[in-house]
Amino acid sequence: MNEDLSRLETASERESLRRVVIDPVSRVEGHGKVTLLLDEDDSVREARLHIVEFRGFEVFIQGRPYWEVPVMVQRLCGICPVSHHLAASKALDHVVGGVPLTASAEKLRRLMHYGQILQSHALHFFHLSSPDLLFGFESDVGRRNIVGVAEAHPEIARQGVLLRKFGQEVIRATAGKRIHGTGAVPGGMNRHLSVADHQLLKAEIAQVVEWSRAAVELVKRLHRADPLLYDEFACFDSGFMSIVRDDGAMDLYHGHLRFRDAEGRIIRDRVAEADYRSVICEQVKPWSYMKFPYLRELGPDAGWYKVGPLARVQNCDFIPTIFAEAERREFLAHGEGRPVQATLAYHWARMIEMLHAAEVIRELLDDPDLLAGERMSEGARGREGVGIIEAPRGTLIHHYQVDDDDLVSMCNLIVSTTHNNQAMNTAIRAVANRYLSGRKLTEGLLNHIEVAIRAFDPCLSCATHALGQMPLVLELESADGATLDRLVRD
Amino acid sequence: MSQLDKKPRLRVATTSLAGCFGCHMSFLDIDEHLFELARLVEFDRSPLTDIKECGPCDIGLIEGGVCNAENVHVLRAFRANCKTLVAVGACAINGGLPAQRNHLELEACLREVYEHREGMDAPGVPNDPELPLLLDKVHPIHEIVRVDYFIPGCPPSGETIWKFLSDLIAGRTPRLSHELLRFD
Ligand code: SF4
Repeated sequence: MNEDLSRLETASERESLRRVVIDPVSRVEGHGKVTLLLDEDDSVREARLHIVEFRGFEVFIQGRPYWEVPVMVQRLCGICPVSHHLAASKALDHVVGGVPLTASAEKLRRLMHYGQILQSHALHFFHLSSPDLLFGFESDVGRRNIVGVAEAHPEIARQGVLLRKFGQEVIRATAGKRIHGTGAVPGGMNRHLSVADHQLLKAEIAQVVEWSRAAVELVKRLHRADPLLYDEFACFDSGFMSIVRDDGAMDLYHGHLRFRDAEGRIIRDRVAEADYRSVICEQVKPWSYMKFPYLRELGPDAGWYKVGPLARVQNCDFIPTIFAEAERREFLAHGEGRPVQATLAYHWARMIEMLHAAEVIRELLDDPDLLAGERMSEGARGREGVGIIEAPRGTLIHHYQVDDDDLVSMCNLIVSTTHNNQAMNTAIRAVANRYLSGRKLTEGLLNHIEVAIRAFDPCLSCATHALGQMPLVLELESADGATLDRLVRD
Repeated sequence: MSQLDKKPRLRVATTSLAGCFGCHMSFLDIDEHLFELARLVEFDRSPLTDIKECGPCDIGLIEGGVCNAENVHVLRAFRANCKTLVAVGACAINGGLPAQRNHLELEACLREVYEHREGMDAPGVPNDPELPLLLDKVHPIHEIVRVDYFIPGCPPSGETIWKFLSDLIAGRTPRLSHELLRFD
């Protein structure tokens, strides 16, 4: 099935084909576009998701003092700043000799992280994707947004907005600001949870757990109402990757890397953070700024994988909270012995994780270490650190080397969305093949492509950290007609 | 849409240029006010809707500076269509963190990331015509178009954005008190 789709990566005789573009891909975070090339029979011969933006973080972080990094890297992404904040802090813990962290520091970071998972998953499901799922992929474009959901399903929209709000408040309470705060520092945390914030969060958490359970029910209801669509839309086989805890439990803050193949067999396990490069390679393709990672031993054609909720829920051996674990079992049963590979099942898995995050927060809020205790640990200074975390969208890798002058000499980032690059491209090819080929392309049909991309919850902001190329000539004029910038390249 | 709303609703468009989406997330941090806002305005092009081109609007909110030809095109379309154009956040106002690349030589950086990294397969700098042309500097948006208002912060808080918008929508001159003006 997948070989058939890979032929849609690059068409022959591209010049003779008609180009259709979806630009920008909307209701996702960041900048991406999709190009389709069609022949005279309207058959799709090529489909590509391009990441079109350029930023350059990896390069301009080099030369900065290491302690600036956890705050700087958040500006990679305003949706999951906490993930970058914590992955960088985890990597730099090794540089300041701060491993292991104190109990207080680790729990505070975990609280922040699970708050982030909760808010991001709520945002993705309710604000961004629910319009497709509640109204239909081809529904009226003017209504296909969160405002439309608020009009048609006010209670669903309200719970979605309040779930996200709670997650954002957890972040504010631990990092000082909802977006781009400063809680974690290399070696620990710079604050405890205040008594006032603790009470505020405690007062709401029971309700948040209940709403999260309702959200899982809502997704299951959608699956039951149209099983064929939910099981088959953009479905394709791939392996999975995520970190898991040493005992195999789901752990989104810390663990070792584990890979499974498309049949669900574990093919690599217990890969330590610092060894990520021995298992992951990245391929560059000229038509996207986002690289294509794969498991080294299987090579680029067979070694790519999915990350994120769908991978994590099936890669772990169990989820260590009670409601989410029951939901995980029901989810696995749906696969009848095979891994669930359906793209739309990402939403189901995502809501199970949101429930898990709510349960973890509930447990943590009973822990006195959040309010008092040593926050910083110190040890022998190192020169290198790798930090891996499960961000809302998947495995996030930060890797730094720091010289004796405290300046970062090397920075390498592999962000979650990058791991899903091949999977998202395969998904849009599956959709193009099945739903678009040979038909007159309407806005609603094109939205099918975006529905498939959205399921992965890509963060194209994160994915644009690397630098890009300037292949043409451009003159930029200011408002009054003066030339501001001129660029020539061949 | 209620028939009772006599006053035509204002149209609001939003876009992210070279930004991190944090300003859009902060916009969503108005939390429940979102429902109030939805009664007062309707959304045009925005990452939150599926409208891909900006039409005639009353208010345009811009996040992010200008780093490539695509950004220039979108920004000019917003200026041409929006009666009031607002620069939201540090990146739109002065380039923000992405402007850190302004002191780097692009060619060398590209090679570093796409060619000289360890663990790289098929190294080479992406150069497909589908990738928009990059500017060698990141520019604040006021260098390219006229801007009516600037809201500082990285990002401005949800509260700040709500105060600003509710003033503007009610026809008042937006006023941000000291606590609402933040630059971090
Ligand atoms: S101003 Fe800050 S929050 Fe807004 S887009 Fe720029 S980096 Fe992100």
